[in-house]
Amino acid sequence: MTDQKMHFDYLLRLGDNSLILGQRLAEWCGHAPMLEEDLALTNIGLDLLGQARMLLAYAGEVEGKGRDEDRLAFHRDTMAWRNLLLLEQPNGDFAHTMARQLFFDAFQYQQFAGLCSSSDERLAGIAAKSLKEITYHRRHSTDWVIRLGDGTEESHERMQRAVDSLWGYVPEMFDMDAVDDAMVAAGIGVDVAALRGEWDRYIDEVFAEATLSRPEDSWSVRGSREGKHSEHLGYLLAEMQFLPRAYPDAKW
Amino acid sequence: MVSLAAKDDIASILALVKDPEIPVLSVADLGIIRRIETGEDGHLTVVITPTYSGCPATEVIEADIANMLKLHGITDFTIRTEISPAWTTDWITTEGRRKLEEYGIAPPASKGKAALLGHEEVICPQCKSRNTELVSEFGSTACKAQYKCRDCLEPFDYFKCV
Repeated sequence: MTDQKMHFDYLLRLGDNSLILGQRLAEWCGHAPMLEEDLALTNIGLDLLGQARMLLAYAGEVEGKGRDEDRLAFHRDTMAWRNLLLLEQPNGDFAHTMARQLFFDAFQYQQFAGLCSSSDERLAGIAAKSLKEITYHRRHSTDWVIRLGDGTEESHERMQRAVDSLWGYVPEMFDMDAVDDAMVAAGIGVDVAALRGEWDRYIDEVFAEATLSRPEDSWSVRGSREGKHSEHLGYLLAEMQFLPRAYPDAKW
Repeated sequence: MVSLAAKDDIASILALVKDPEIPVLSVADLGIIRRIETGEDGHLTVVITPTYSGCPATEVIEADIANMLKLHGITDFTIRTEISPAWTTDWITTEGRRKLEEYGIAPPASKGKAALLGHEEVICPQCKSRNTELVSEFGSTACKAQYKCRDCLEPFDYFKCV
């Protein structure tokens, strides 16, 4: 793979993470347990969509084949997506959404903090802008996991179940492949494998306060960096991409 | 052809452009205008910043700036968006903060890390009480949180610190 292709791939991974999680959160619009959360989840989704636009627009420029952010978002099939498997998992109940969010917010906070000093100035600028928003996101998901975990018997049980059921998607976040290695070597990317210790410390503190048990590391799935996704992504894309696919080149 | 308007004139034209979501504020009050550049050929460049990454008002603001310039006979211009350094609520002017409070939105609290960590002191824009309570860190727009006042019992918006 050329340097240019790897740079493109790296930006695509970052942009796809934001876009797919943003789309999932948008599904809560009108369905959240209370009005404040409806606003919170859609606001967070909007921040993620904004990040995705900046990252995918940049990815398209790096690729140099004339694809803009819309082309990348709406005209790629499942195998071409590079988002983490965790993020395409269905919303489930509110506890599942919060567990997914906490795992990713804690990861993305560290990843983007690292990207702020990327040698790629444009990426560093996007990271610095996004990090302010991610700070709010992480506080929000942290608060909810603690509140539900250390809540009633019912909320505790459901929060624990959510954490258990998503735990196997955690290791993929910290995987490194040839693209990651090359980007770290070029001073562009972040060594995510090195972030796991700090992530564990943060999550363990939240679990302790939430009276939740840390799940056993018994299973894990991966594959998103090669375009191997769970079946859920296809359904998500079918909904997200419907309009531009049905009415190509439609304009507002 | 454009007349070579002084930067001050351009700034006063831009000060007429209102934020579409908080119409008491101008884009200048919000600190959205980064720079005004006038080339020797008379070409004008207005450099703006988005507030939040996904803020849908950004594109409306750009269109409003273009319309306001055209309305004043300026046609030879470019509007460019820069994200770095990232916009901060510290760029909201003193005038902007006063207008926010009059409008019923508590202006962002003190600068610095305490605010970003969520330990800010928010004053009720209605009765000026400091005895207020966070309802949600996310509100009707990306830039606002929801609070309520424990003294006058009014709910209100807070322009949150970033």
